[in-house]
Amino acid sequence: MFTSQVLFFGFGWLFFMRQLFKDYEVRQYVVQVVFSVTFAFSCTMFELIIFEILGALSSSSRYFHWKLNLYVILLVLIFVVPFYIGYFVVSNIRLLQRQRLLFACMVWFTFMYFFWKLGDPFPILSPKHGILSIEQLISRVGVIGVTLMALLSGFGAVNCPYTYMSYFLRNVTDGDILALERRLLQTMDMIVSKKKRIAMTRRQMYQRGEDQNKQTGFWGMIKSVTSTQSGSENLSLIQQEVDALEELSRQLFLETVDLQSTKERIEYSKTFQGKYFNFLGYFFSIYCVWKIFMVKFWSQHISFILVGIIIVTSIRGLLITLTKFFYAISSSKSSNVIVLVLAQIMGMYFVSSVLLMRMSMPLEYRSIVTEVLGELQFNFYHRWFDVIFLVSALSSILFLYLAHKQAPEKHMAL
Amino acid sequence: MCAVAMHARTEGNKFPRGDIFPQNTQTLTSNMASLDRVKVLVLGDSGVGKSSLVHLLCQNQVLGNPSWTVGCSVDVRIHDYKEGTPEEKTFYIELWDVGGSVGSASSLKSTRAVFYNSVNGIILVHDLTNKKSSQNLYRWSLEALNRDSSPTGVIVSNGDYDREQFAENPVPLLLIGTKFDQIPESKRSEVLTRTAFLSEDFLAEEINLDCTNPRYLAAGTSNAVKLSRFFDKVIEKRYFTRDPSPMAAFTDRKRFNFKSLHYD
Repeated sequence: MFTSQVLFFGFGWLFFMRQLFKDYEVRQYVVQVVFSVTFAFSCTMFELIIFEILGALSSSSRYFHWKLNLYVILLVLIFVVPFYIGYFVVSNIRLLQRQRLLFACMVWFTFMYFFWKLGDPFPILSPKHGILSIEQLISRVGVIGVTLMALLSGFGAVNCPYTYMSYFLRNVTDGDILALERRLLQTMDMIVSKKKRIAMTRRQMYQRGEDQNKQTGFWGMIKSVTSTQSGSENLSLIQQEVDALEELSRQLFLETVDLQSTKERIEYSKTFQGKYFNFLGYFFSIYCVWKIFMVKFWSQHISFILVGIIIVTSIRGLLITLTKFFYAISSSKSSNVIVLVLAQIMGMYFVSSVLLMRMSMPLEYRSIVTEVLGELQFNFYHRWFDVIFLVSALSSILFLYLAHKQAPEKHMAL
Repeated sequence: MCAVAMHARTEGNKFPRGDIFPQNTQTLTSNMASLDRVKVLVLGDSGVGKSSLVHLLCQNQVLGNPSWTVGCSVDVRIHDYKEGTPEEKTFYIELWDVGGSVGSASSLKSTRAVFYNSVNGIILVHDLTNKKSSQNLYRWSLEALNRDSSPTGVIVSNGDYDREQFAENPVPLLLIGTKFDQIPESKRSEVLTRTAFLSEDFLAEEINLDCTNPRYLAAGTSNAVKLSRFFDKVIEKRYFTRDPSPMAAFTDRKRFNFKSLHYD
């Protein structure tokens, strides 16, 4: 049991080093440790569910491990990670550098306040539970995690077929890309020539200014005023043109990147791996559509297999999505904060997966989950998940439709 | 001749290179302008301070609000080639600051490659407080040199670093380390030894500075001398090399015209 935890910890560590932090230097090992710990305990929870179903280990030891795991995870998700997030965010802001700890604690208390308030509008608890009981904490973590999961699943359900099915891929030729690149380079050339003029004008003004310092008398002063004024007006005009051109060059660059990535996706779809994923895409799109319209599973044992598949693919999908997201938005300053935020999301996601999985598990196995997690209103979570899933899926469809529609028009205008 | 030249210089009568030829050869001028460029790439991981550095080199001012560079931002520095000697000439040096990281998506990389055409010099920037950024410079230089489409381009295999390839490299390199002020005194020697190894590997000079403090590049400092020497080397390789290309004869004729008329 513990060996598997150590294994998961090692895996999380490796993932962190190889994938996420490939290009950055790890200066704060705390971040790495926290991330790996979160990952390890999250995976252990899944492992425990599998053990539950398979009947491995004795039931009392399973119960013990569940409780232990749950306590640790809650501790990490509610106390450790938010505190460190606050700490690193505060460290990045120069003004507050001096009293980092103090401000980090303040941030943490604000977080706790909102976290607590979160429980009020939801009918999650019966009033007979105490304040710091595990049910209170789990219920709140559950709400956040379930919302997150539903949002991601809804978006994923729509995005997955859109990305992998070749039906949706716009046709991009090499000629399009070359034309865009040529425009980009021409814009850069124009920027360069204008900047040359600015630089030369500035240099002339500077030297003329020096010469004029030697000129004395009334006329000298008048001449200096008039000539520099026209010079600087000219400069600001050219500068405005340069700013506009730079904005244009940025847009052209982004469009070119977009076209390149589409072209690569097209090429990928022609390979064997691409075809395989294409097929999977069709399969999963049908599955997702079905899931949108029907929310009850018809056979308990088929649902168990699906539970296994869901676990594996959701972990893999989550890690891949997190990695992409991390590459897209991180920089050397904010990388620590972002990793911690990702660890938080990951932890909450996994905890709520457990909650939701209860829905998919055959009846006889639900008992331990119910026993361990106390008397939470599970039905509420299921309904909440379905609602958010629907909302997210529909809004993703709308969003992707608009994005898809805009793109061909954009390229026809070139 | 020299007297005329001196007179022209003190009057501040310097013409930009593109306008040297008279009006009736306007088209020739525009074609010539594209041949006159001296292009230097500024490469490095995101967040090391390339934009601040370029701003400092070109505007002689500290950049007040650094933000992420999307795509490529260009700036121009006026450089006096062989300053102080009778052969002094003014050139425009274009500094192309290409944003991004080595681990970017391949679509980003292939788009970036557009900027690597006909490069005359490369400035490699790394953050002295971040070892990874120094290590990534090998990958950056390979990415840029791989794409260089000059006839004597370096052929690199497999992305593995090989020192001999750098020895044959026709493109001059300069290594700049930023955020020097953020290194505590005790660690300075360790960092400087590390960068010395790096500059040996690249066969390049190195400059360590802080982009928010112009005094590191003040006139007369050794850093300023190194910078000036680098730009001189770039210009020399570009214009005064023994390269047997059809452009050489043309270039020679230009040089002769310049020397006799001594316009700058």
